[in-house]
Amino acid sequence: MLEITQEKLLWMYRTMTTIRQFEERALAEVSARRTFGGSHSSAGQEAGPTGICAHLSPQDYIASTHRGHGHCIAKGVDPKLMMAELFGRATGSNKGKGGSMHIADMSKGMLGANGVVAASVPLAVGAALKAKLRKEDAVAVAFFGDGGSNQGIIHESMNLASIWKLPVIFVCENNQYAESTPAEYSVSVRNVADRAAGYGMPGVIADGMDIFDVYDKAGAAVGRARSGQGPTLLECKTYRYYGHFAGDNPRSYRSEEEEKQWHAKDPIQQFRQRVLAEKVLPTGELDAVDAEVAALMDEAVRFADASPLPGPEGLYEDVYVNYPLEALRRGAGMGA
Amino acid sequence: MTTTAREIRYRDAVNEALRQEMQRDPDVIILGEDIAGGAGRAQQGIVDAWGGPFRTTQRLIQEFGPERVRDTPISEGGFIGAAIGAAAAGLRPVAELMFVDFVGVCLDQLLNNAAKMRYMYGGQITIPVTIVTRIGAGVGSAAQHSESFYSIFAHIPGLKGVVPSDPYTAKGLLTAAIRDDDPVVLFEHKKLYNRTGPVPQEAYTLPIGKARVLKPGKDITLVGISLMTWECMAAAEALAKEGVDAEVIDLLSVSPIDYDAVLESVRKTHRLVVVDEDTPRCSVASEIISIVAEEALDFLDAPPRKVTAPHTPVPYSRPLEKLYVPDAARIVAAARAAVGR
Repeated sequence: MLEITQEKLLWMYRTMTTIRQFEERALAEVSARRTFGGSHSSAGQEAGPTGICAHLSPQDYIASTHRGHGHCIAKGVDPKLMMAELFGRATGSNKGKGGSMHIADMSKGMLGANGVVAASVPLAVGAALKAKLRKEDAVAVAFFGDGGSNQGIIHESMNLASIWKLPVIFVCENNQYAESTPAEYSVSVRNVADRAAGYGMPGVIADGMDIFDVYDKAGAAVGRARSGQGPTLLECKTYRYYGHFAGDNPRSYRSEEEEKQWHAKDPIQQFRQRVLAEKVLPTGELDAVDAEVAALMDEAVRFADASPLPGPEGLYEDVYVNYPLEALRRGAGMGA
Repeated sequence: MTTTAREIRYRDAVNEALRQEMQRDPDVIILGEDIAGGAGRAQQGIVDAWGGPFRTTQRLIQEFGPERVRDTPISEGGFIGAAIGAAAAGLRPVAELMFVDFVGVCLDQLLNNAAKMRYMYGGQITIPVTIVTRIGAGVGSAAQHSESFYSIFAHIPGLKGVVPSDPYTAKGLLTAAIRDDDPVVLFEHKKLYNRTGPVPQEAYTLPIGKARVLKPGKDITLVGISLMTWECMAAAEALAKEGVDAEVIDLLSVSPIDYDAVLESVRKTHRLVVVDEDTPRCSVASEIISIVAEEALDFLDAPPRKVTAPHTPVPYSRPLEKLYVPDAARIVAAARAAVGR
């Protein structure tokens, strides 16, 4: 039996549904060329960020990746502001300066999506260091993928977090592919979690298509971190339904059969089946969430569409907190 | 400004700035390799075994403890990245990059995170991190411990860079860097550590982005950076004997660059030599000359010149290394050419 409150279950369902619908809507808007740039969809991977962020509160931190929409939504970033950001609008989460790959919301402890693979991981280590030094009850989650797991900075970050016993949860969302390169080719071990042994921390594997498995294992990792026992490496085995980026046809490197096998484990459908079987949430309520989220997506697109583009003054804003404007402008032929 | 200036060494001025800022603000922490030394052996009576590779962090761990004076593994990408994350989350960390040559292993964290986060996240993140690093040839350390690559940092929008040339500017600029809300890289020159000079006891800041005129003159402007400022002073003395009155500007900041100070001087002297221990291509020296060419060409009576390191790695053997580092003789030769002697 599920020992999760109805309120939390509904939050999980709403969050996963919001991520799915946001990703599908974002891809549609990219194809319709209503955004200025592309989008990396995390559809299929919803259970990971949702099951982990279910244990977090706003004072906790997450650091995210180029495939970061799901992390943002699960940490509470407003999808309207995210959609406006994809549309490059002044009302976007980043005032239209970041786009899909760099959505951030410090008010939610969301340290930013990051376009350089694994580059955000040490930022979570630093946020955890701050929490430890200030004796705050906060933890930091570093998301990365199977591709990111091969970056050197991951090694340095895990070693640091381990020797300093920092409240970090390293979450590898192993979606089986780094762009088009299969994990079975690029990762030296069968499970990324196996590498935890090298850092003296627990390595835990979760079924990243089953939010309840992620939720349980993330709960243990967050608990360890909060109680001062140090970091955990949690690997969520998952799958991205779409290509690496909006224009990628994944059938050029993976089979239809493989896709079908993973779709059969769809995290949202699995959730529905489980809560309906255990009679903890009624169908009507789940359907109502679907409709509510669909309306929210329409509203997000309307909001984005109606929002102003940034004015030219935005170009030089926020490069620094303090820097003489004439020193920034000088020598670029930008005019007086 | 104060009545309590004493003569202290550059390395002590650095130490004093760190100590006073750590006393003033509990959010200031310092991370780096061997900044205390012998980490984790306090129970064996080992504390502060090194006090930093150049003794600039000596006795800090006794006062502030190992939580705030944090020896790191040799892991610059990891701990500089963590310093940036801690800064984003609200601390005011100082991270030591032992030698600027090592920037290759952590540049991504500075280039793609520290420098860009505020901009790409729409101004909602502040990164008040200070990176302290070391520059300078002339100590027989060869190619990988001797560069003066501040130009790399000056090239990156979002970073600031300061180059103190004496104890007074070391303390004032380090204090300013720590208090600054932007990422600032401070370049300490290894050959300046034992230089002494008057330094006020109290904490004080010097403005980042302001040069100073060390010696006024009317015939030619010599711009020096870090140690090169003193080569410019030596050159000015030699030139004075030849009847050439050189003005010496100590740049102090490579981002922002105090263009106006240079332009004002050049409009008066009509001649310019920029002296830079960094390599010459795409350098701070070439940047200064390009702005002077754009904005004050009409004032120049002679082509502006650079005196810099050659476009080579730093050689080991002393006679070659001596050729590498710009000196007063090369500056005098360039100045003579500019004034037509």
